[in-house]
Amino acid sequence: MTSVLYDAQGPRAKRRNILYTALFVVAFAALLWWVYKKLDDKGQLAWSLWKPFLSGTEAYSTYIWPGLENTLEAAALAMVIGLPLGAVLGIARLSDHAWVRIPVAIVVEFFRAIPVLVLMIFGLALFAQYTDVSSDDRPFYAVVTGLVLYNASVLAEIVRAGILTLPRGQSEAALAIGLRKNQMMRLVLLPQAVTVMLPAIVSQLVVIVKDTALGGAVLTFPELLTSANTMAGYYGNIIASLTVVAVIYLVINLSLTSFASWLEQRLRKGKKSTGAVLGAQDVAGIAGTAATGAGGAAGGPDLGARLVGGPHRDGDAGGHAN
Amino acid sequence: MFDFLDKYDVLGAFWTTVQLTLLSAVGSLVWGTLLAAMRVGPVPLMRGFGTAYVNIVRNIPLTVIILFSSLGLSQTLGITLGADDFKVQGFRLAVLGLIVYTSAFVCEAIRSGINTVPVGQAEAARAIGLSFTQVLGLIVLPQAFRAAIGPLTNVLIALTKNTTVAAAIGVAEAAFLMKEMIENEAQLLAISAVIALGFVCLTLPTGLILGWVGKKVAVKR
Repeated sequence: MTSVLYDAQGPRAKRRNILYTALFVVAFAALLWWVYKKLDDKGQLAWSLWKPFLSGTEAYSTYIWPGLENTLEAAALAMVIGLPLGAVLGIARLSDHAWVRIPVAIVVEFFRAIPVLVLMIFGLALFAQYTDVSSDDRPFYAVVTGLVLYNASVLAEIVRAGILTLPRGQSEAALAIGLRKNQMMRLVLLPQAVTVMLPAIVSQLVVIVKDTALGGAVLTFPELLTSANTMAGYYGNIIASLTVVAVIYLVINLSLTSFASWLEQRLRKGKKSTGAVLGAQDVAGIAGTAATGAGGAAGGPDLGARLVGGPHRDGDAGGHAN
Repeated sequence: MFDFLDKYDVLGAFWTTVQLTLLSAVGSLVWGTLLAAMRVGPVPLMRGFGTAYVNIVRNIPLTVIILFSSLGLSQTLGITLGADDFKVQGFRLAVLGLIVYTSAFVCEAIRSGINTVPVGQAEAARAIGLSFTQVLGLIVLPQAFRAAIGPLTNVLIALTKNTTVAAAIGVAEAAFLMKEMIENEAQLLAISAVIALGFVCLTLPTGLILGWVGKKVAVKR
């Protein structure tokens, strides 16, 4: 790979790079050795601690699989409820009527400014005080409530951005052939916007999956992380358990992220669409900021050559919000 | 209705939140910039390391990372980060976890900043004979940082909200206090409103001020 940031390497530069590589390898090996030493000193590498995961299925069927099911269930439910809600909020925020637009904007900005954990804690207490949901089910309800409130407002922004990325000609043409505003939105803009924002929605799913872990650690919702903790208590192998759980999250989220970038590339190259895509990168901006226009300074139009291959170009996993 | 404000140190809890945010922000800015430099540099192994780090860390929940630093690093391996007090130790471990996690996002923000710098800038820099470190340090990064303020602001706001995850290992920040207050007092709505307002007061001005700064310093092209 050549880059515009450095010249094609001559003999001296090559020697220097080999030196840097060697230094890096030594430093990295030293780090790995230190980690190994630490683990070994505390007896964390003993076969008995890792055996439950590497041979036999008991650990998976008793702890990991039920936890994973809860994680995926909460994430899927949050997405299924949050998406329509977000679509309604997003469209309402584009309304021509100030009395619709402004209150919705305040609601969306409010829920985006608050940590999702605070929403979950609030939900837990809310269900405890005002409903008769049993205390076993409450954490699940609270986690889904928190995720829905937060992600609906993020999805609202994704929907809004998706509609705004469509070329102006689309709405102009719709109005020119005499469609009403509601028909224009329903028949022309939304169907196109859905394809435009698909990658962004898939990336948001990663954020949701990651946030379910929060419900586990603080609200004792029995999802993957909580069951890993229980499992670690049973086998006495906290490091092994957390490592396995981290790998599971990694596999799920990496496949979602690569699916999102595959979708994005496909949509970008597709001939049928307008070529407008709301990439995973754009979502990072949406999810972080409050309505301040702080985002969008960087990552300008995809026209000029780029200094380094961005996610749009080299097809590595696109970004999503934290 | 708001008498719980006298009983609990709400301001103190938010001060902890602010401290967590600022310390992790500085740490992840440094480590994230280094990662970004590795990712665009000429040494293939470092490029690979940077890419792998970002893709791995970004796809693991922050909760897992912070729990690992508490249960794994400190309780099992006995790494206490030089703290003898349990509270200080939890705080430092939380900062460590936040830095590890956030720097992946900082790296991506800076890379997106680097992408806004026109190719001609780097080509001109190479043409006058600057080395890679000079091209990056003197020409590209100064412009990239100015363009990256927007994305970095998003990362900072997300970081502010993410500090609540430290509640999972018992750091007494805002979300932890909220849980405690809700369990002991019967004023759910008032307590939640105060905590929510606190976070709005932290995140909205950050976005507004840094958004303004970002526009002010952006390289006009």
